[in-house]
Amino acid sequence: MRIVSDILSATILFAVPLLLVALGGMFSERSGIVNIALEGIMVIGALFACLTLRALDLNTSIGQNAPQLGMLIAVLIAAISGALFSLLLAFASVSLKADQTIGGTALNMMAPALAIAVTWAVQGQGQTNIIIPTWARITQETLGITPKDVFWQNLLFKSFYQTTIWAIVLFIIAAVVLYKTRFGLRLRACGEHPQAADSVGINVYRMRYSGVFISGVLGGIGGLAYTVAAGSTFQSSVAGYGFLALAVMIFGNWKPWNILGASLFFALFKIIGSYSSSIPFLPKFDNLNQSEYLYLMVPYVVTMILLILTSKKSRAPKAEGIPYDKGRR
Amino acid sequence: MKLKQLLQKMSAQNEGFQRLLASVVSIGFGLVFGLILLVCFNAPYAGSGFLSLISAGFRSSDKFAKVLYQAAPLVMTGLSVGFAFRTGLFNIGATGQYTVGAAFALIGAIELQLPWYVCLLLAMLGGAIWGIFPGLFKALFNVHEVITSIMFNWIGVFSVNLIIVNLSQMLARDWGLAQMDRTAPLDVANPSAMLPKLGLDKLFGSSYMNIGIFIAIIIAILMYIVLNKTVFGYEQKACGFNRNASEYAGISSKRSIVLSMVIAGALSGLGGGLYYLAGTGQYSLLKALVPMGFNGIPVALLASSNPIATIFSALFVSFIQVGGDAMQPEFVREIIDIIVSVIIYLSAFSLLMRSVIAKWLAPKQPALALETKSTPDPDSGNSAESEATKS
Repeated sequence: MRIVSDILSATILFAVPLLLVALGGMFSERSGIVNIALEGIMVIGALFACLTLRALDLNTSIGQNAPQLGMLIAVLIAAISGALFSLLLAFASVSLKADQTIGGTALNMMAPALAIAVTWAVQGQGQTNIIIPTWARITQETLGITPKDVFWQNLLFKSFYQTTIWAIVLFIIAAVVLYKTRFGLRLRACGEHPQAADSVGINVYRMRYSGVFISGVLGGIGGLAYTVAAGSTFQSSVAGYGFLALAVMIFGNWKPWNILGASLFFALFKIIGSYSSSIPFLPKFDNLNQSEYLYLMVPYVVTMILLILTSKKSRAPKAEGIPYDKGRR
Repeated sequence: MKLKQLLQKMSAQNEGFQRLLASVVSIGFGLVFGLILLVCFNAPYAGSGFLSLISAGFRSSDKFAKVLYQAAPLVMTGLSVGFAFRTGLFNIGATGQYTVGAAFALIGAIELQLPWYVCLLLAMLGGAIWGIFPGLFKALFNVHEVITSIMFNWIGVFSVNLIIVNLSQMLARDWGLAQMDRTAPLDVANPSAMLPKLGLDKLFGSSYMNIGIFIAIIIAILMYIVLNKTVFGYEQKACGFNRNASEYAGISSKRSIVLSMVIAGALSGLGGGLYYLAGTGQYSLLKALVPMGFNGIPVALLASSNPIATIFSALFVSFIQVGGDAMQPEFVREIIDIIVSVIIYLSAFSLLMRSVIAKWLAPKQPALALETKSTPDPDSGNSAESEATKS
């Protein structure tokens, strides 16, 4: 039972960043902007959030007194910094009508390099890791529950962070905003047929800016969520999770509920891959050296197969990737 | 004033020249931005740091040899990404194809003890095999090539690692060396698989020097000829420009997609072969993607996907990377990546920049002004692919 709760808990932990970032990508693409810069946005969000956590840890006593308030500040910083960074993409691809893939690639390249340079500048030469204070995690003690070795406590508290709560809240908000509000309808219209949207008085540029901005908010928080999930330090990278989130988004067919399913699914296979040696019922391939590589491949292979099977139903926003030009028919 | 007149004359004649000018302006802005960064991070050393950034590659023949050595695989991955751009595809999988190509070359060299030219062919084969997946998936199932490429990047790294550890004599420790998780160095395992140096190493006084860069240049020229002077290249570009129109004209766009990705893969794979068969680098088993394939993207963008320009943009990127190494330890070498990314960001709106340049160059007389204003084609679209197909 222990292993099951461990796997489930780790699955949720890694599904959270995928979910947040893929939802971010969904907002951007539904407004018509291909956001390949998610990886970079994650790095920037995580960078500033981790610097905040470190500063709070060193200079204040917030870690002892109100750790979750400190974490809340970090989440907000992640959201703001991610959003500001994403505006660079919006400026290039909406205002200047530049190629969205190129702008995104530039930002992806810039973010980790900037993160390393800033980490050096703050921490001194050669110090490329930012250590995340241990109080960032929510434990049984935080909530005043006595720790017991029971299934649900292992499941919930093995690795529980505030980002998980935010992911649930933001997921619900995202689903409601996209389908039940005027804003969501207009946003989707801009991704499908911006000319038509413009003709009924919707400001396409503003909608697209909003879409990218929201993706920056979610991407930034997702970056922090990834960093706390991946280990105790931030190393100026999110290991390709931004790109994986793009895959999750496509696999999830640009719809919130499908994205939720896709991110849980992908995270589960990812965790099975990395826990392969300790899961009893998996074949061991004794005649093979380092068979863990085989399991590490599994999530990618399975996603590929599923993408093929679902490709018939897959429908991208029609106008994504095309800069909106008022004068064009 | 004379310079301006000269520029006017040249840009009125040639749109490619305007594009070059836009790239040069982007590079200039990027370098200025880099200088500002250096001042921000470590002001007392900013001057000397910037100097080594822009001159380290020329400072000694050894450094220059290193520029050429790193440029060879960059040319190849740049060509790979650029070729795919031209045909309307975004090959973000260059890094996976590069890894698989490198692995094929090294397996040929170490496990099978083959000579270098066979290993290079194997590298192309490996890259091509890895390129065919995104192509097939796009053509048959309409799965976007970016997603397939990203997935296959990871599948590639893990399968290469799995295969290398399971072959009998690939690793350095199989040859009695102490290194862990690295392939055997070629000078021990199979010297005949190393790229010939033709005495260039003695001329430059550097073990980095070999014929790799010349192979890369020849391939770049070949790609230029294929793209601009053959029916096949024309068809590929037509598909990149407008898939439906070319389908209507009788070109099979599915065939074009698959072939384009296969060729792009082969180019990246060859890049991996050129890098690892130089004998100076050993493949190490990492659970991460190699950056060389990703660097092909800025190289291709800076060159507007033109094969000949790719040679120069690869040399430039390699040159400032060597400069970045020389800036250490006062500065972190990643500043180079920031500079390159700023350049790419600026070149993303090259269309705007070109029109600014055209305006600046436009002479005062109204009659001539009309002539120069018509040069930047208003219909050329905003994407790099569609621009590239125009030239």
